[in-house]
Amino acid sequence: MSNYLPLWPDQASTMAGQVDALYIYLLLVSGIMTAIIFLAVAVLAIKYRRVPGRDAHQIEGSTILEVSWSVIPFFIMLTFFIWGAVIFFEERTPPADATEVYVVAKQWMWKIEHIEGQHEINELHVPTGQNIKLIMTSQDVIHSFYIPAFRLKQDVLPGRYTTLWFKATKPGRYHLFCAEYCGTMHSGMGGDIIVMEPQDYALWMAGGALNPLPETGKALFASLGCSTCHRSDVQGESRGPDLAGLYNKPVKLEDGRTVIADENYVRESILDPTAKIVSGFKPVMPTFQGIVNDDQLNALVAYIKSLAQPSSGQPSQGTAGLENQPTPAGQPQNVQVQ
Amino acid sequence: MATTAVPANQAPKLNYLNNGHTIKSWLLTTDHKRIALLYLFSVTAFFFLGGFFAMLIRLELLTPEGDLMQADTYNKVFTMHGIVMVFFFLIPVVPAILGNFVVPLMVGAKDLAFPRINLLSWYLYVAAGILFLHCMLNGGVDTGWTFYTPYSTASNSNVVEAGLAIFIAGFSSIFTGLNFIVTIHRMRAPGLTWSRLPLFIWSTYATSLVMILGTPVIAITMVLVVAERLLHLGIFDPALGGDPILFQHLFWFYSHPAVYIMILPSMGVISEIVPCFARKRVFGYNFVALSSVAIAVFGFLVWAHHLFVAGISLYSAMVFSFLSFVVAIPSAVKIFNWTATLYKGSISYATPMLYAFGFIGLFTIGGLTGVMLATIGIDVHVTDTYFVIAHFHYVMVGGVLMGYLGGLHFWWPKITGRMYPEAWAKLSALFVFVGFNLTFFPQFILGYLGMPRRYWQYPPEFQVLNVLSTAGASVLAIGYLLPMIYMLWSLKYGAIAGDNPWHAAGLEWKTTSPPPTLNFDETPVVTWEAYNYDEIPDRPLEVPVAQ
Repeated sequence: MSNYLPLWPDQASTMAGQVDALYIYLLLVSGIMTAIIFLAVAVLAIKYRRVPGRDAHQIEGSTILEVSWSVIPFFIMLTFFIWGAVIFFEERTPPADATEVYVVAKQWMWKIEHIEGQHEINELHVPTGQNIKLIMTSQDVIHSFYIPAFRLKQDVLPGRYTTLWFKATKPGRYHLFCAEYCGTMHSGMGGDIIVMEPQDYALWMAGGALNPLPETGKALFASLGCSTCHRSDVQGESRGPDLAGLYNKPVKLEDGRTVIADENYVRESILDPTAKIVSGFKPVMPTFQGIVNDDQLNALVAYIKSLAQPSSGQPSQGTAGLENQPTPAGQPQNVQVQ
Repeated sequence: MATTAVPANQAPKLNYLNNGHTIKSWLLTTDHKRIALLYLFSVTAFFFLGGFFAMLIRLELLTPEGDLMQADTYNKVFTMHGIVMVFFFLIPVVPAILGNFVVPLMVGAKDLAFPRINLLSWYLYVAAGILFLHCMLNGGVDTGWTFYTPYSTASNSNVVEAGLAIFIAGFSSIFTGLNFIVTIHRMRAPGLTWSRLPLFIWSTYATSLVMILGTPVIAITMVLVVAERLLHLGIFDPALGGDPILFQHLFWFYSHPAVYIMILPSMGVISEIVPCFARKRVFGYNFVALSSVAIAVFGFLVWAHHLFVAGISLYSAMVFSFLSFVVAIPSAVKIFNWTATLYKGSISYATPMLYAFGFIGLFTIGGLTGVMLATIGIDVHVTDTYFVIAHFHYVMVGGVLMGYLGGLHFWWPKITGRMYPEAWAKLSALFVFVGFNLTFFPQFILGYLGMPRRYWQYPPEFQVLNVLSTAGASVLAIGYLLPMIYMLWSLKYGAIAGDNPWHAAGLEWKTTSPPPTLNFDETPVVTWEAYNYDEIPDRPLEVPVAQ
């Protein structure tokens, strides 16, 4: 990576080649336009330089010329727009099968939490050939997650999630930069993206087996008492909406609106429960602002998302079964009261 | 002002410069020409202050390690470079110096419509400047000139004072714009219809519209930041229940149009210089005039192209991308028309024309790289990198400053009655052009390689390009210091210019140099189109030189 004078960045994601192709097209077209103007100015300035005895020849203008040099560049630029928008659309549309990784930014470090439970600081290990979706938030000010070799960047905001997805193609170690100015050590808030072959990645991942993130979330869900109200076994009577199968589904709100229960919705509902009240429920949930930190919040979100995938594990199977089974210890009173 | 009879052979004609020599006659003047000179001194002082910060930035970036200064110091240096250059140099430079001087002359008026408000606007500028200097000496501010929340809410630097300085400077700008609009509407000489106006007036008019419509938004935004810091109102900071992206919308709603406040007047200057030194009517007058208005209008509709990766929705990003391509068209129209004006002209290469050539070249590159940034797929990669830095310096320095220097040389004989030394001026124009490209072209490459902006230290592979850039900055500095020296020299030793050394069209050349306090001995009556160079004999091949 430490070339003496690099002129072109590494290409290490599926996006990189696409962005470069568009950039080369823009360079060519702009280069031609610049050359036309430079040459025209130079040639005209020399050809029509002041010579005694030769006067300027007055010309008013030409509507045909004006229209053509407005319309032709505009149509050329439309190709820029469309091509750029197509790439952007792809950049902003994560594939459904993407593996999710949580990112928490703070002054001046990146904390990475893999869904399998691996934690990293200022490093992100990813395998080649796999779609990865980063779910990012900040604990303080705005940061920006930037990987030049992937040609990708996304601001990371406090108080909400933003996402970024990619598929790495070339093993190697690439720069991770913070691209949004965030204070004293902004320029030190970097790290490395380590792209590995899938088998190497599997070895790395096996190196430190920890609790998967949804499991951590499940434990929190119980210890924070969430499960006392958000229950599946007493449909229609519990104090909080059933969360099984909730993620990414439309939710009808008390005020008549319908919103999609995405990551930001879940996050907001934990931190500011009265912001969006689900139709048929009372605003009785207390806020967990200041009680859960961003890491715990991510675990809770990961857990609630895992409830949406019946095949992915215990939680949703368990809740589905609960209706016909004896209720777990610690909850029977609620069932009877309601 | 009473005209005093002066024997012709004894003293020069009474003009705005020798009509009163006391400090009071300058500080309480309501003469637009004197106020223009007050602006010239104060804006130049801020330019060199901003330039000093720029040199510190370039010196720090000579090496990859952060070694010349502390990280916090560096952050304050680039912040103050930005604030000084944007709010205290680029925005006032052409309108408040050249515009103030030539707008009333060009429309054949005795002064601006509200001379006292004109003086007030200079005092507001100075008050804002002093407040900002105080802020600087009191520890400075480290938020970047963009003041993004919630960093600016949390930063323990001097944000409140800097915000108030910008708030006050904004009013200076609003008053200047107001004055120009009323003057251009109400005080044109008999016969000077809209279609006969010089194009500098058209672009000043468009600029003024942006000034009075856009500036209140930045003023309010600064007040909101101050309110959030002092009163802990939750406006932008999510921890208080605010929305940080709201700040970015408000900030760029002004600050993108502000780019046009900076560039439009310089475009107007180029539209004066090119016809004069090509001895031709400008090609497509109507299109050049209306393109200024189109830029002012469309300029208000593109602000969110600064937010493509900030967290706005996919489709709003696409809309703003599209509109950003639209606003590129009127700028391109100007470039094409200036180029076409050269066709079949009789072109001479005096210094103002060299700057005009420089402007056309550099603004073309600045504009086309702007088009690349409007292309969203590219912007995601290069936004907040040195690519953006290079792009807007091509527009701001390559465009605005080239236009300003061109205009200053062009009107210098009118302002002072003396010629600047042509050979030195050409040499320094060369320094500016070469130094500028050496400074900023490598930054395009750095940006595409991925070097983020506002970095105090950087990976070692970026060093060679940074060294080139710093080397270019030193050449550029010489190019800026030289005019400062030879123009001061010319005040005393420059050749007497005469009323119209360029044999230029335009009412400002029909009065004496320097003009009398009331501009014209008798109100001019206009019966000709702008740039009637077919009716004006060309000047002799040699301009007057110093004895």
